Amino acid sequence: METIKLTCLHDRHLAAGAQMSPFAGFDMPIQYSGIIEEHNAVRSGCGVFDVSHMGEVNISGADAEKFVNHIFTNDIAGAPVGKVFYGMMLHPTGGVVDDLLVYKRGENNFFLVINASNIDKDMAWITSQAAGYDVEIDNLSDELGELAIQGPEAEKVMKEVLGINCEHLEFYTFEEMLLDGVHILVSRTGYTGEDGFELYAPVDAIPAYWDALMESGRAVPCGLGCRDTLRFEVGLPLYGDELADDITPVEAGLSMFCKLDKPEFTGREAIARQKAEGPARKLVGLLLDGRAIARHGYDVLDMDGNVIGKVTTGYQGISVDGSIAAALIDSRFAAKDTKVMVQIRRKTFPATVTAKKFYKKSYKK
Amino acid sequence: MKKLYYTPTHEYALVDGNVAYIGITDYAQHALGNVVYVDMPEVDDEVTAGEDFGAVESVKAASDLISPVSGTVVEVNEALADEPGLINSDAMANWIIKVEMSDPAELDSLLDEAGYKAVCDAEKH
Repeated sequence: METIKLTCLHDRHLAAGAQMSPFAGFDMPIQYSGIIEEHNAVRSGCGVFDVSHMGEVNISGADAEKFVNHIFTNDIAGAPVGKVFYGMMLHPTGGVVDDLLVYKRGENNFFLVINASNIDKDMAWITSQAAGYDVEIDNLSDELGELAIQGPEAEKVMKEVLGINCEHLEFYTFEEMLLDGVHILVSRTGYTGEDGFELYAPVDAIPAYWDALMESGRAVPCGLGCRDTLRFEVGLPLYGDELADDITPVEAGLSMFCKLDKPEFTGREAIARQKAEGPARKLVGLLLDGRAIARHGYDVLDMDGNVIGKVTTGYQGISVDGSIAAALIDSRFAAKDTKVMVQIRRKTFPATVTAKKFYKKSYKK
Repeated sequence: MKKLYYTPTHEYALVDGNVAYIGITDYAQHALGNVVYVDMPEVDDEVTAGEDFGAVESVKAASDLISPVSGTVVEVNEALADEPGLINSDAMANWIIKVEMSDPAELDSLLDEAGYKAVCDAEKH
């Protein structure tokens, strides 16, 4: 068995009494004060997450733009430096290798942020796709740490506690700068549905930022528990739940991030075909009657009791009322207001198909 | 006189005569965090020692409830249906089901206070 990895803030999480759990090969904080309290702090104030487990890969070289556009579903061609894109890397089948952010650092210099659980798989995939392209691929995952500072107060906290002025930074853009002589990258991005920032810096610089945030009392330390409830309520997918090697972006309702007007990218034909034919299954939202919670992997049934799909994520809503879930189900049942059932242990519970965004995002655009 | 027994899976049985009040321990509620739903059986349902009779759900996950004893459910704590968080405020006062035991001899295989404390200490390390 592989040894579990620790982030650069691991000792701080332990000292703060966080509940720790293995996630994607790292010993990560799940919660500090409690998931509900931390969730609410991000919706109404400011929370900070240690997301140093995330992977970072730099791609440079004469063919960098061409190569990234080859492996990535979104279209980065001709974009201005400082722009961030969300999209996926696909298998030729259309299944998702990973979902990621691409930062355009220079004309032929891109920074990819990938899921921690997929770092090894992605590196192998990216490398396997690079034949014939003049590119250099650098895995920076062990060298860089990342903090996510999220919530309506995040802009003020960035400026007043960390001394980073982000007022002019637009949604899905970033800047590289020197902070006390340390090279950092800051973007107006996040995974909570709130305004906020993601800060990348060398692992030895991260603890000082974390300590400053804790000492200020203006950012609540948040664990992966509320990161999941926050992203789920606003309909953002998590790789391993809503996306996987055998789930396509069309099925997951993310075809807007697959630019079919691009001449080519890996998986393009499969996506074009599935979009034209319509997918056999679709990701939907479910609102359950009662309080029982539909967890990942539970069966979704039609009213006759036939299995029509599976739950991908489910929670008791925190910012919204009710027991809510996302589920990948047979497209014939995917229309809004369709009545279905969810098998929860020995009982079945009625549910209604809804949109998979349960809570409105509050991005500052 | 009431007597308290425990399972290694963090249920307690508070026994009064032939009746057992079954709930989860304070250690368990603390480890779970905010309890948001309790899946309970119905009155007159049979429960079996060592088998699950429901589940308690935190924000993050569902944990099966394992019955310490066998018998018939004579009462369920209806207050938990509307306010599952009561378990967090006082796990011992907020038992989940009340069971008329069919085989009180099963109590002999449960843990006492010291035995249960040893289970919790072992989990912390």
